[in-house]
Amino acid sequence: MKSRHLRLLQRTYVVLIFCFMYLPILVLAVFSFNESKSRTVFTGFTLDWYKSLFTNRMILSALALSLAVALVSAVVATVVGTMATVGISAMGRKSQLFINNISYMPVVNPEIITGVSLMLLFVFLQNWASKFDVLPDAFFGLPTLLIAHITFNLPYVIFNVSPKLRQMDSRIYEAALDLGCTPRQAFFKAVLPELTPAILSAFLICLTYSIDDFIISYFNCGTLQTLPIAIYSMTRKKVSPEINALSTIMFLVILSIILISNALDSRRYKREQGLGKAGEGR
Amino acid sequence: MKKQLRALFCAALVLLLSLGAAPAALAEDQIQVTEDISVSGDYDWKRFEGQGVTLNVYNWGLYISDGSEESVDVISAFENLTGIKVNYTTFDSNESLYAKIKSGGVSYDVIVPSDYMVGKMVEEGMLAPLDYSNIPNAAGIGAEYLGWPFDEENTYSVPYMWGTTGLIYNTTMVQEAPDSWADMWDVQYAGNVLMFNNSRDAYAVAAKKLGMSLNPASVEEVDGVIEELKAQKSVVQAYVMDEIFDKMEGGEAALAPYYAGDAITMIQDNPDLAFVFPKEGVNFFVDSLCIPANCKNKEAAEMFLNYMCEPDVGLANCEFIGYSTPIGKVWERLDDELKYSEIAYPSQEVLDKAEAFTTLSAQVNSALDTAWSDMKSYDEGGSGWMVLVFLILALAISVFNIWHRVRKKLRNEY
Amino acid sequence: MIKSKAAASPYLVWMVIFIVAPLLIVAYYAFTDASGNFTLENIMAIGRYSSVFARSLLLAAEATVICLVLAFPVGYFLSRLRASKQHIMLMLVMLPMWMNFLLRTYAWMSLLENNGIINTVLGFFGLGPFRMINTAGAVVLGMVYNYLPYMILPLYTAMTKIDNSIIEAAQDLGASTLGTFTKVLLPLSGPGIATGITMVFVPSVSTFIISRMLGGGSNLLIGDLIELQFLGNSYNFNMGSAMSLVLMVIVLLCMSFTSSFDEQEMEGVM
Repeated sequence: MKSRHLRLLQRTYVVLIFCFMYLPILVLAVFSFNESKSRTVFTGFTLDWYKSLFTNRMILSALALSLAVALVSAVVATVVGTMATVGISAMGRKSQLFINNISYMPVVNPEIITGVSLMLLFVFLQNWASKFDVLPDAFFGLPTLLIAHITFNLPYVIFNVSPKLRQMDSRIYEAALDLGCTPRQAFFKAVLPELTPAILSAFLICLTYSIDDFIISYFNCGTLQTLPIAIYSMTRKKVSPEINALSTIMFLVILSIILISNALDSRRYKREQGLGKAGEGR
Repeated sequence: MKKQLRALFCAALVLLLSLGAAPAALAEDQIQVTEDISVSGDYDWKRFEGQGVTLNVYNWGLYISDGSEESVDVISAFENLTGIKVNYTTFDSNESLYAKIKSGGVSYDVIVPSDYMVGKMVEEGMLAPLDYSNIPNAAGIGAEYLGWPFDEENTYSVPYMWGTTGLIYNTTMVQEAPDSWADMWDVQYAGNVLMFNNSRDAYAVAAKKLGMSLNPASVEEVDGVIEELKAQKSVVQAYVMDEIFDKMEGGEAALAPYYAGDAITMIQDNPDLAFVFPKEGVNFFVDSLCIPANCKNKEAAEMFLNYMCEPDVGLANCEFIGYSTPIGKVWERLDDELKYSEIAYPSQEVLDKAEAFTTLSAQVNSALDTAWSDMKSYDEGGSGWMVLVFLILALAISVFNIWHRVRKKLRNEY
Repeated sequence: MIKSKAAASPYLVWMVIFIVAPLLIVAYYAFTDASGNFTLENIMAIGRYSSVFARSLLLAAEATVICLVLAFPVGYFLSRLRASKQHIMLMLVMLPMWMNFLLRTYAWMSLLENNGIINTVLGFFGLGPFRMINTAGAVVLGMVYNYLPYMILPLYTAMTKIDNSIIEAAQDLGASTLGTFTKVLLPLSGPGIATGITMVFVPSVSTFIISRMLGGGSNLLIGDLIELQFLGNSYNFNMGSAMSLVLMVIVLLCMSFTSSFDEQEMEGVM
């Protein structure tokens, strides 16, 4: 009675919130099929914008750049970050606290400050290097983008892997040592497999943040354009429904990734359940 | 300045009277790049082919025929012709162009600043002198478009397009056609007025409204005119640059100042719109192709400049963006509608009252920049006291927090 | 356990060069003028922009409060679902977060414009066109829309840790619904609230895209000002650095308020 009404209210409320969150995306999707360029009046159905999107060089090259930067920076950040987690866990409590607090800065700082501070650093390095002819002239561009992305990815790796490292049973490592492994072998054969889920999820998080990053890239991109920067410059000009087509495609890609990962997860979950039941049956 | 404007008009007259036959067939020494573009065969276009050269071109938005909306794709044609890849990006104001280049570390090969910005960059040594033996097509530019005060020998710049500003309005949203900059302060259009989102163009509108020169001579002048802009804020819907296309075409605003060439484009897309030269006078501008001093491959950049001065390329650009060309051959081949358009090629009367920007002194320039920030952040409500409240609140909260933590620690010790 | 501190050395070097040094350089620029002499002028000049800071703080605070109120029931509802359903619902909540931020904000432009979709729909019912875009309200709406998932997630994480039995016990002991809410639910979800507030307030106070796209360039926020100084019309690195420094101080103050977050919470959210 009362609790039933409460439940109904709750469900309606959550549905409304979800509608609110998905409304703009749906509107974009609907108007990506619009015949005219109007963003508000639907005149006819067409796939033209999708076709012209695939021939839009600016977007294609921006997409390629975004993917390349994301992949490279995610890989580097994951490797360096994992090594760092291991190294930090070996330090004293005070050093750990100190380093963790500093590592927090790119996460906690507003993105505009991280972007601006990195830009100032690069300008400073540029001025300093111009005296020595050591660094290339066109410093801003791919090098600065990569450095910036790696910098803001590293904290996420550290804060993803360290809880897993802490939770891990340290006896596994010691057991490996006892059984005759060198420390390095013990690490790769005993510790790393335990950390792999955390490392993988850190890698995915780095990829996501890197592809989606706008503000930090905006200040450090030089002459290049990543996908968000290309989108931004498109919205500053005469807007073409190609943006709508792009957003619909991105939405579908993300949705399918989620569904696939969900299916894989639930299959693994069911398999583990099945194994558990088989174990109980014995 | 006025003498040159008059010479301009005379040149236009001369061109009008001496309508030569447009080149119908391909001349012997022409290379056909695409069906719309053929370039002069005299030039060694293929010099850099296969060397993996990339040019970074930084231009205004919607300022080249790039293949959108079924226009000629001038950039791809260049890439096909020369084997040089073009990385084409856009900016929306001279000041952001300046900021990007001044900070150093970025290396663009071709940029397109306006008159006063060319002057400023020359003064600060940011531009490279041009080698005209690599830009023979520059000879096609009418003499009356060369030798501006900001670059008297054209050592650093090749004129690309010229034009004027003016007032665009939506005929369905105004009672009577506006004819003065002062109409943009009119309260009846409150919330329906758009404004330039850069300091000099906005200053020009306000200065002309007050009957002053759009080149401030002193800091006091700057402050006085900026006050006028502050007064306008309550009426302005938004400060925009190229976002104006969507807004005016979509009927979102009644009045907006913008550049004549863009007005032509907007009117094409939305016939409700109309254009007028306000009676106080407008701004006359020339945008030029320049090469930054730290450019990597100057010869390839000069090849691009030469390409942009090709008549076919200039024609494609003009037809798409609607601005006015300094190249005689291009003007000859324009559609009558564009060729004799009052908007693109205004009458002598308008040109006489038009004023061009000059490069400001460093002191006045920084005063203008600061005043612009002030004006944008200006709030008629005047909420400065709120900061004090916030600071006190923040202080109180952190004090409370520290006290709370100290108490917790003391409690835990038991 | 593993005794090799050396493994962290590449990261430490990186950290010093690319996290610590840039902030020091910002401080350097903030306290010098164009020719490199020490000066306090930049910091003093910020007083002129106090209205911008006030506006940013006010709008960010509004957005944070609205997000908190909207997200609290959602987080609670999600935490009480069956485990399998929770997974899917969580993904649905996070999906908009993974869409490009610019596109999400841009989508609201076409909804809110004078001839936009909302006004057109309202026009069918005879309701006059409302001026929605280019107002402070539109900016707050943009902030709420963009950062709502960042508030839902920490709240959900915190509430999953609250066992149902605690709530039932409170009700058994005679607490009313309101009492249960204020004395049990609210305090126990404290860490989640703190994290959520941080994750919404910090980006909101420093955004410049939302105010540019939905605010019409007249509702200038701190982010806009800083961008103006570095890549925009008022090219002034010193002024920009001073503003960044003040922004950092403001953010630190806010963080000290919600200081009950600790590493565990942040890790859980990520």
